[in-house]
Parts: sequence; structure tokens; C-alpha cells
Amino acid sequence: MTPDQILFIVTALISTLAAVMVVSRRNMVHAALFLVLTLFGVAVAFVLLEAPFLAVVQVLVYIGAIAILMIFAVMLTRNVTDDSGDPFNKNARVGGLAALFVFSLLVVMFGGWSQFTAYPQAGDTSGSIVQLGVALTAADGYVIAFEVASMLLLGALVGAIFVVWPRQNENE
Amino acid sequence: MVTNLLTDYWPILVLLLVSLGFAGIAMGGGLLLGPRRSSARKQEAYESGMRAIGPGTRQMPVRFYLVAVLFILFDIEVIFFLPWAVVFRQYYENGLGAFILLEMLVFIVILLVGYAYAWKKGALEWE
Amino acid sequence: MTDPLALLGDWLLNLLAQLNLPPGLRQVILYLLGVSVIATVALVITIFNTWLERKIAARIQDRLGPNRVGPWGLLQPIADAIKMLTKEDTTPAAADKVAYNIAPILAVVSVLLIWAVIPFTSQWFGTQLNVAVLYIAAVGSFGVLAVLMAGWSSNNKYALLGAFRAVSQLISYEVPLFLSLLIPVLLARSMDISVIVEKQATLLEMYVVAAPLAALLFFISSVAEVGRTPFDLLEAESEIVAGYHIEYSGFKFGMFQAGEFMHTFTIAALTALLFLGGWQGPGVAQAPILGLFYFMGKSFAVYFVTMWMRSTLPRIRIDHMQALNWKILVPIALTLLMLTPIVDYFTKDLGVLFSAFGGALTLSWRFAALLLTNILVTLAAIEAVRRNAKRNFVERSRFPERPVARPPREEAA
Repeated sequence: MTPDQILFIVTALISTLAAVMVVSRRNMVHAALFLVLTLFGVAVAFVLLEAPFLAVVQVLVYIGAIAILMIFAVMLTRNVTDDSGDPFNKNARVGGLAALFVFSLLVVMFGGWSQFTAYPQAGDTSGSIVQLGVALTAADGYVIAFEVASMLLLGALVGAIFVVWPRQNENE
Repeated sequence: MVTNLLTDYWPILVLLLVSLGFAGIAMGGGLLLGPRRSSARKQEAYESGMRAIGPGTRQMPVRFYLVAVLFILFDIEVIFFLPWAVVFRQYYENGLGAFILLEMLVFIVILLVGYAYAWKKGALEWE
Repeated sequence: MTDPLALLGDWLLNLLAQLNLPPGLRQVILYLLGVSVIATVALVITIFNTWLERKIAARIQDRLGPNRVGPWGLLQPIADAIKMLTKEDTTPAAADKVAYNIAPILAVVSVLLIWAVIPFTSQWFGTQLNVAVLYIAAVGSFGVLAVLMAGWSSNNKYALLGAFRAVSQLISYEVPLFLSLLIPVLLARSMDISVIVEKQATLLEMYVVAAPLAALLFFISSVAEVGRTPFDLLEAESEIVAGYHIEYSGFKFGMFQAGEFMHTFTIAALTALLFLGGWQGPGVAQAPILGLFYFMGKSFAVYFVTMWMRSTLPRIRIDHMQALNWKILVPIALTLLMLTPIVDYFTKDLGVLFSAFGGALTLSWRFAALLLTNILVTLAAIEAVRRNAKRNFVERSRFPERPVARPPREEAA
């Protein structure tokens, strides 16, 4: 085994275990912290796939922002931080079976895909950011998606303020 | 086989392990060398000498949440902007300068509308 | 003149080659050595800085500072470290043990990881990433997580309140920080710090010339990011006792402190790299080792400014802190971000404005125009703030005076 493969197996194991912990912990803050570990594992996987830009974006957005937001959201609700009670309900078994089914479906699907084991061509990786930039901004690329993303951010901002900030009118 | 790109990232992993080692040794040393005279009183939450009243955790004010939302939006904007910043000069070297500038201006102006809304709505105030 | 470290590296490579180790293991040993050197350099500078900072703060306040342990008190940090090591390490009974112990480690690691991408000279660096700028931003998010974990796991209401304050300050100031980080990327067309430094070859090509306002924004928001005076309200003693690390004692507390000191020097180094040309300086092309001295000189110069600020400025209020960020720094950064590419576009065909000393002082039209833009934006921002302040003053003075605690007046009998 090459060092890369060992690294992949270790991170895959850690992030899978952490993902299981996310859904099985009673304490919501613990669940959020395990989610951070899972997301970090995914970032390492992105590096191993030679997508460093996505890896750092994964850390920056998901760990640096989304995870913080989730922990904040948990702390917004009263007394959830020292939560007690079974995190599983009656549907846990059905859910587990459904997850197993989807997973085996994915295994079959990717197993039959010829490109799955193909290694990407070793190219000039230093140009990947430039390629990404060109793809995002070129008229025949994803420029519409680029601009729509800005609309989406606007929508999210207005929505967040509308939901979170209703007291402005009541006070006046 | 270790490829060209990944060799750039291995030192980061090694540095991560080395710094974890440093931190672990430092904390272990503190645990070993320091005295251990723990008592129930000492293990209480510190509140400037008073006995702690009420639970240690409390509900968070909602404005902190709003700050986090604002941060995420600008964070994502910056991430979209970075690849643009790297390539924009290629465009005007190819004579497409006006196009690429307009693209960016539309992107920022749409966000500025949201920013102005947040300001107007008082979401940036902190009383 | 050859690079002594390169010589050392070659010598080590030869030594390892003679040991007949498998190539993979040899590579790992090399990484370990290089990385340990970087981590040690960062830690030694931090230890030295704690002494330097106390000494300089003392001079500014007309005191002598540490002068008992060793010559000029130089061994004071060692004594401090021993003191911290031999203090009792307490953990509150109600604390969340695991998160409580991980938090200080994460605080130090998040800062040390930045040093992986810092180029000391044109040849010395841990690693060279084409996403280095984004990497620095990403690694910083672990620091935010450490604060939140420390505050929450201590199970102390002041710690939690301090953590909320700290995190809201950290993430707020990350916005102008990232926005101003974009300006050097825009100018260099690369996210690789080594490339950004290489482009700032001569004195007037430094990005502080083309984007002084961006450099200032970067510096201010970095200081806020570290949580030092005047932005140290996350550990305001009089309000929230000590902030998120109130329950920590002994070396765990020391690690938060060490992380803060290291972070301060790191932001000084980043400012030097992104805006002051890093290891660039006269004679670097012939002798790359000189770059180390230029880089350290520039970093310590910026670090001195942070020490100066720390011993001069009072603490900012929390509403002012948020207003400064969202209503002043962010709009300025956004304006700059829009204007910089536009100016850059319209000056693309203009050449050199003037050149002196055989090219050592070369100012291009592009940089001159960008400098002018920066000055104009600064003036506009100052004017806008002044008008707003005046309006606020008038509005406030319409209201009756706020009640103030006074001793009850003696009623005339």
C-alpha cells in the first residue's frame, strides 16, 4: 500500500465513525463536534482527490462557518445542551435498512462504472485554480450559475434577517 | 505512487502531527509536574469567589446567530470571488475586460442590496 | 554565496542515502525534520516575543520591565513557563472533560498550521500551495472552534458568554480580513504566497504602495482576529471575569496565551508577506539567505506596531466593535474590491510613470492610479464617518440626559 492509500483508509474510517457518532450522540453539541471531524475527513479526501481548492473551501465554509452556525443554533434552544433521552425513535430500524439499501445501490452503481477506478491524468495541477476561474466566469461556462449564486446569497441574507429579526417593528 | 500535488500536502499533515505532539507533551508535562490537591470546592465553577448560582450553560441571544449568518454569506462571496480574482486579467488581455468587470459588478451589487437591507433593517446595530 | 540551509539539506540527503533506507521513509524523515524546524522556529520566536513585549510595554509606560532572571531578564519567559508547568491543573467537575482538554490543543495547532505555508526566504518554506491564501483563512477557523469549545465545555456562564462574544468578534472580523486578503490576490493573480511575494520585487512594487488601505484593513482586522487591545473585549476582566478561558489553569491556560502570542507574530508576518514584500530586498537575488533578515525585520516592525497599540489604546466597546466592522471596514473593503479591478483595467496599457536608481525605484502608472484610488476612498470614508457622527450627535442630544447614579440629594427640610 502506498502512503496515500493508508491515509485514505485512516481518514475514511475516522470520518465514517464520526458520522455514526453524529447521529447517535445524545448531546447535541457533541454531535456538532463530531460533525466537524467528519467534515474534516471529507476535506482530507478532497486533497487526496487532488482538489485542494475544494478541500480548503470545505474547511472554511463547513467547519469555519456552518459548524459554528449549527453550534450557535443548538445553543439558541434552551436546555438542549444538556439533553437527555434516546436519540433513536421507532423508525430507527427502518431508517437503517433504507440507508443500507441506498449504500448497496451506490456500491453496485459505482462498481459497474468504468471510470470509477480510472486515475485522473497527471497534468499541471498548478493551473487548476485558473481552470476553475475560467470555468466559473467564461460566457460559455458557468457564468449564469456564478451570478445566480449571488442571487441565492441575497435570498439567504434577506430570509435570515426576516426570520431572525422580527422584533425591530415591535419595539418601534 | 505519491503524485506531484500530494507531496505539497504531506508536510501539512506532518506539521499537524508534530504540533499535536508539542501540545500533548506540554499538557502532559503540566499534568505531571503540577501539584494535585483537588477538592470539591476547587472543582466548582469559578465566579470570582462567590458560589456559582444557576446552570453554567444558558440560552444564547439571537443576535449572535445573525452575525454568524452574515459571516457565512460574505464568506461564500469571497470564495466565489477568489477564482475570479485569479483569472480576471486573462480576460482583458484577450479583449474581454468589460465583460469580466461587468460580471463582477453585477455579482457584488446584488450582494450589496442584501447588505443595504441588513443595514436598513437594523441587523447591524448592537445595543 | 550559497544557502546554508540548502547545504545542510544536501548533507542530510547524502547521509540518509548512505543509511540504505527505503525512499518513502527517507521522505518522511525529511518532512519531519523540516517541519520540526518550522515549528521550533515559531515557538522560539513566540517565547522571545513574550519577553520583548513585556520589555517594550514597560518602556512605553516608563518602567524597566523584567530584569531579574538572566541578562536583561532574557530568561524570564523560561521562568514563566516553569511556573505554569508547576501550577495545579484544575478541571471543573461539571466540565465536559474531552472538549475541555482538546480546546487548548486546537488553539495552538490552528496557529502553528499557518506556518506551513509561510516562506522565510525564496527557498525556505514548509510547503508551497497554490491555494495558500485560502488555506490560511481555512486554518483560522479551527481557532474559532477552539474558543467555542473552551467556552462551552467549561460549564461556566462567564466562559460561555465570553465565548459568544469572542466568536462573534472573530467571525465578524473575518469578513473584512478575507475581503482585504483578496486585494493582493487580485494584484498578483495568484493565491500562492510565494508568487505574491515574488511579484513585489522592488520597493515601489510592494502592495502597500498600490493598496495601503487594504493593508490597513488587513492589519486592523487581523489584530481583532487575535483579540488584542484595542479588541480584547473578549477577555474584559471587569465584565465577564476573564472570557472563555476562565476555568483553565496551569499549562492549559498557558497554551491559550502562547497561541495568542504566536498568532500575533503570525499576523505580523502575514502582513509583511502580503503587503510589504516578505523576503524581498536588495541583494536577495544573489544571496537568498538575506531574505530571512528582510522578512524577519519587516515582521518585527509590524509586530512592534501591535505592541505599541497594545500599550497605548484603551479597550473598544462591544457595540463600537461591531459598528466599526460592519459599518466602516466592510463597506470600505467592498468599495476597494470593486474599484481595484476597474482601475487596474483602465491602466493596463499605461507603462512606467518614473524610474530611478537603475530600476530600483520604479513606479508604474497602474500602481500610482491604485494609490490615488486608495487615498480617495480613505478621504471619502473619513468624510462619511464624520458626517454620520455629527448626525448621530445631533440626534442623541435631542433626548434628555440619561439617568446617572448619584447620591440622593439632601432635601431641604
